[in-house]
Amino acid sequence: MLMETRDYHHIPGTYVFDGKHMQQGYALSMFCKSLDDASNREAFRNDPENYLNGFEMTVRQKKAVLDREWLELLRLGGNIYYTFKLAIFDGLTMQHVGAAMSGSGMTVDQFRQMMIDGGRPIDGNRREGKTHG
Amino acid sequence: MAKFVGGVATSHVPSIGAAIDHNKTQEAYWKPLFDGIEPLRTWAAEAQPDVVIVVYNDHASRFGLDLTPTFAVGAGSSFLPHDEGYGPRPVPPCVGEPDLAWHIVESLVINEEFDITIVNEMTVDHGLTVPLSLAFGQPDQWPCRVIPLCVNVIQYPQPTANRCYKLGKAIRRAIESYPTDIKVAIFGTGGLSHQLQGERAGLINTPYDMKWLNGIVETPEQLAQTTHLELLTEAGSEGLEVIMWMIMRGAMAKDVREVHRFYHVPASNTAYGLLVLEDVE
Repeated sequence: MLMETRDYHHIPGTYVFDGKHMQQGYALSMFCKSLDDASNREAFRNDPENYLNGFEMTVRQKKAVLDREWLELLRLGGNIYYTFKLAIFDGLTMQHVGAAMSGSGMTVDQFRQMMIDGGRPIDGNRREGKTHG
Repeated sequence: MAKFVGGVATSHVPSIGAAIDHNKTQEAYWKPLFDGIEPLRTWAAEAQPDVVIVVYNDHASRFGLDLTPTFAVGAGSSFLPHDEGYGPRPVPPCVGEPDLAWHIVESLVINEEFDITIVNEMTVDHGLTVPLSLAFGQPDQWPCRVIPLCVNVIQYPQPTANRCYKLGKAIRRAIESYPTDIKVAIFGTGGLSHQLQGERAGLINTPYDMKWLNGIVETPEQLAQTTHLELLTEAGSEGLEVIMWMIMRGAMAKDVREVHRFYHVPASNTAYGLLVLEDVE
């Protein structure tokens, strides 16, 4: 696939799940999807590292899974609907991972309050000069 | 002949389903939302559709990355709720309407040249069951049959808003040509603004949501020209799913009557939006 810069790469803090991104994270996503199955959850719980070896993930992706680096998992090709399966496995809510992904040290209570106060504002969050992933 | 009775646009936030399932609807956090959707239940009870076509998206539940249909019609006879990691929602199975589903598929593929994926076995996740719970509460059996219309809104490239609008128009023509005397409604689900992922998680854009609520009612042709870049930027990477409202709107008449509108922030990480619409004859 072409590696061109896409216009949506300029949206700050946003990882569009396009073909390039999907390919980078395919094995990671397939690992996350495998947690749909209770017996797989049990196997992952009993021996996480060994379980991950069943997927063709990079060393960095495996580390990000083991360390629950929620933002890094996106940067490494993940998608929230897949990585959220790992969060459910941990008993976390979308607001826990929302706080963790904000990359600002925000707590889940602060994230909840931000939502009650009307959410993260769009002003100042439309476009950035630099591109990412 | 089949009779079209109306369209509903509603967000399908999973925590709304959890609030219903765990009897939290009267708690302070949720009560304003459930008070606000009550007219939908009144309308649904009066309209009594025999069949509801629910336009929704699957969230890595039935469909993984191994196969990603852009538009998939559930033609089976029943659809069980998917286990999304907490056990399946305690809701009734959906009873399908295979004859109408196949009629729609044939009409779309042969007459309208839409390339539709046909699904005979599928579980359905919160994207479909939460709108049913909002419209019908907690009955032992859903009071209507259900045709799932699953749209890929997760994997870029998603279909355009305009393609969704045209699909809705084609679905309406299929309904109009169905010879059986049944009442049909269509639900377009998802949205409004939200972003679940990345440093921008928690994004809400109320002015943009108002543009969609107004545009769906009054200027859908204009709204159909919305680009993915605009949606990703303004509605959020997950809020882009509001394109599914265009399928519902496409299935309706040029002019519609707004029976009910409701907007509420937040439902978990999402702006909740609701429209109940009927054709102006």
